[in-house]
Order: sequence, then structure tokens, then C-alpha cells
Amino acid sequence: MAKAKETVSRTLMVALVLSIAFSVVVSTAAVMLRPVQVTNQNLDIRSNMLAAAGMLEPGASTEEIEEAFSRFDVRLVDLDTGEYVEPSEVGVKDAMKYDMYKAASDPERSSSIPSKEDKAGIKRRPNVGKVYVLEEDGELVRVVVPVHGYGLWSTLYGFVSLEGDANTIEGLGFYDHAETPGLGGEVDNPRWKRQWVGKEVYGDEREEPRIQLVKGGVSSDAADREHKVDALSGATLTSRGVENLVNYWMGDRGFAPYLKKLREGEV
Amino acid sequence: MADASAKQVLFEPIFSNNPIALQILGICSALAVTTSMNVTLVMCAAVIAVTAFSNLAVSLVRTQIPGSIRIIVQMTIIASLVIVVDQVLKAYAYEISKQLSVFVGLIITNCIVMGRAEGFAMKNGPWLSFLDGVGNGLGYSVLLIFVAFFRELLGAGSLFGVSLMPVVNEGGWYIPNGLLLLPPSAFFIIGLTIWGLRTWKPEQVEEADYKMSRHTVKEAF
Repeated sequence: MAKAKETVSRTLMVALVLSIAFSVVVSTAAVMLRPVQVTNQNLDIRSNMLAAAGMLEPGASTEEIEEAFSRFDVRLVDLDTGEYVEPSEVGVKDAMKYDMYKAASDPERSSSIPSKEDKAGIKRRPNVGKVYVLEEDGELVRVVVPVHGYGLWSTLYGFVSLEGDANTIEGLGFYDHAETPGLGGEVDNPRWKRQWVGKEVYGDEREEPRIQLVKGGVSSDAADREHKVDALSGATLTSRGVENLVNYWMGDRGFAPYLKKLREGEV
Repeated sequence: MADASAKQVLFEPIFSNNPIALQILGICSALAVTTSMNVTLVMCAAVIAVTAFSNLAVSLVRTQIPGSIRIIVQMTIIASLVIVVDQVLKAYAYEISKQLSVFVGLIITNCIVMGRAEGFAMKNGPWLSFLDGVGNGLGYSVLLIFVAFFRELLGAGSLFGVSLMPVVNEGGWYIPNGLLLLPPSAFFIIGLTIWGLRTWKPEQVEEADYKMSRHTVKEAF
């Protein structure tokens, strides 16, 4: 018996049968659960975006998320020109399907950022970005843009929501990062995020983005206080990362050309 | 006999032969996933499922497995089960699976799973092996939940995400102990737990590898 188990042909046979059996099990599970997973992922992106826009009550149901999200227009933007592009131009059926972060790793659809300009530490930038626009009666109410960049340990992914003037911050939130819990991880702290509300990205001339994270808090008479946010205590590098990534994405290489056109009503 | 040992295999791993506390296996994930109770419970359920079903599957085919490839066969079974568990979590517990990230996949390398498959399921019947898997999974879980309880309570002032001690950052009074949210803190808690457990059950104390002899050589002075 023990002998018969050890022959080469039998060993191969057992290996083959087991491989086939288990690959069937694994692929069945993957295929059957796929639709539910896709729904989850979509819901996740939507709720992150809504949370940044400050439109999501904690514990909102799936229907509420869908309802709030459906008020937004998902648009694709050519980052260089600031013009909208049709989803078909980037090879997707509808704008929601477009993945900026996947595009950023595809040389055809992205460009590398010269290291001098790479404030956010992201190395590559997609040519086309995805924005969420909320209009009421033809009037721009909110525009939510995705931002990402390097903090201390990890790339932070988030959204910045701007008011109808495409300048005043309405909310900011990160949905994916791995900063130190309790220190840099406090980017998720609702009290800290609340400070961002009402800050202005650009100065009067609407030139460069001027967001600053400053140590020791922002007093009510500080110069440029409309651009300043209290940095996270004990997390200098995460704070610097956040400042850089917001300024990068609000800058010329990011969404600035688009936001400019948006303000002037050209798109 | 069979009944008595069924009970034994199920409950022994919880305190008497705890895979983490006595065998010091599976420490990696015990450090990584114990920052909050919710995440820990899901991880525990995943590990129990994998140890139980991998033991069952290994035990069912144990007479057919050629000795030369038995480890690979066990690995295949375990890896397949882990992928299935990962897929299920992504479908039905998406938020938590995002927090668990790679650690679900890393159950494959959890020594407890492999250790039980090789050490128990290869020699015992399917039912006993299944119970042994559940038992060891439970042993792992008990310790993880214990660690997570302290880490979440003292590190974030909450349990199951429900704030019990409002922390300063949110306007409360409790200054959370940030260290407890970092992986090294789990070492302290696990260490103290092992100490406690071995004080309670002295038979778990290992025999010393060597004995300090008296200092006999007279040096200068």
C-alpha cells in the first residue's frame, strides 16, 4: 500500500486531480461572487466621494448613497487643456468606468512628472481626470476632484470638494492611506477635516494654489488665514504630504486649468 | 474514547494547548489585525473556517496523498480555501476586508493552519480533524480577541467602534495610548497573557534549556 502510493505516475495523478478540483472551487467562488464585489467597490467609491463632499450621513443606506450620488454628473477632464472629454475617447462606455489610477500606470494614457514638479510624489499623472459636478438649475453648486499623493508611509487617496466658485473648499477626505494610527492617521479625524471647510485654495488673482498646513494652529488674525490649516500634531511629514498633494492637484499640472475654465463658465 | 477525545481536540487548544500562547504560532497576524474588535472577529472567523475545512479536506484525502508531495498538496488545499474566504469577505464584508487587506491572504502562511494539517489531519479521521481545526481556530481567536479588547479600548477608547471613553481629539477626556494602535503593543499584551496563562497552568512552563551555575571564578579585586 505504502509502496503503491509513491510511484511517479500516481504522484502526478494525485497532483493533477487535486489541482483541477481546487481550481474549479476557486474559480467558481471568484466568478459567482464577482457581481456582488463590483457593486461593493462602486458603492465604496461613491460613498468616499460623497463623504468628502460632506453629503453623506454616517450609516447612510445603499439607496441614500445612490440617490445622493445620482445628483452628480461624472465628467472626464483633459488635465492639460481643462476641457471635458467624451468617455469614448478614453475607451470606456461611461465616465464612471474610467479609472484614473489605472490610467496613471499606462504609458499611453499618462505622462511622467518631472521630479522637480512632482510635489505630490506620485511619479506619473494620467492625461485624463475624473471629476464629479453637481449643478442645480444650471448653476454650478459643487465640484469634487480626486487627489492623491505621498505622505509618510503611504500614498493617500482622497477627494476635495469645492463650492460653486471652484475655489472655496467644502470638504476634504481621504479614503485610503496607511499613515501611523493616532498621528498621521488623524487625517481621518472629523474635527481636523472640519477645519478645511471654508478655506480658499487660490489667492485673489486665482493664480497658484496657496494651501498651507501650519504648526501651532491658525489664529483668527493670521495673515493668509483663509489658506492656512492647522497641521496634524506629531505628523509633520504627513501634513507636508497633504499640503503638497492638495497644491499639486489644484495647481497647473492638476485641475487648475479645468477649474479656471469652470469659474469662467467656459466648460 | 472517541467522544472524550472529540471534546479534547475541540477544547484543549483554547487554554491548555493554545496555538499562540503555548506554541507561539500565528503571531504575525495577531499583531496586525488586532487594532479593532470588528476586524479581529472577522479575521478569527476566517481563520476558523480555513483551519477547520483545510483539516477536513486534508484528512479526507490523507490516505491518497503521496508522501513526497504532501506539503504541496496541503498548501494547495489551504491556499484554495483562503482565496475562497477572501472572495467571500470582499463580497459580504467589504469594509472590513479592506482593513484586513493582505492579512486574509496571509492566512495561507499562518503556521497554525499548516501545522494542524501536517501534525493532526494527516493522522486522524475527518471528523476529529475538523474539530481540531475548529478548536485551534478558537484558540487563536480567544487570544486575538483578548489582545484586540485591550488595544481598541485603551488605544482608541472604543469597542466594536462604539466610543466608550470619549477621546480628547473628539472633545472627550480620554487621552488614548497611541502605542496600543501600533503593532509592537500586541507583543506586550501577548507576552503578559502568556505569563498569566503559565502562572495559572504551571505545566505549560517550558523546562529551562540551561541552568545558571554559581559564579565560582574569583577575579581580581
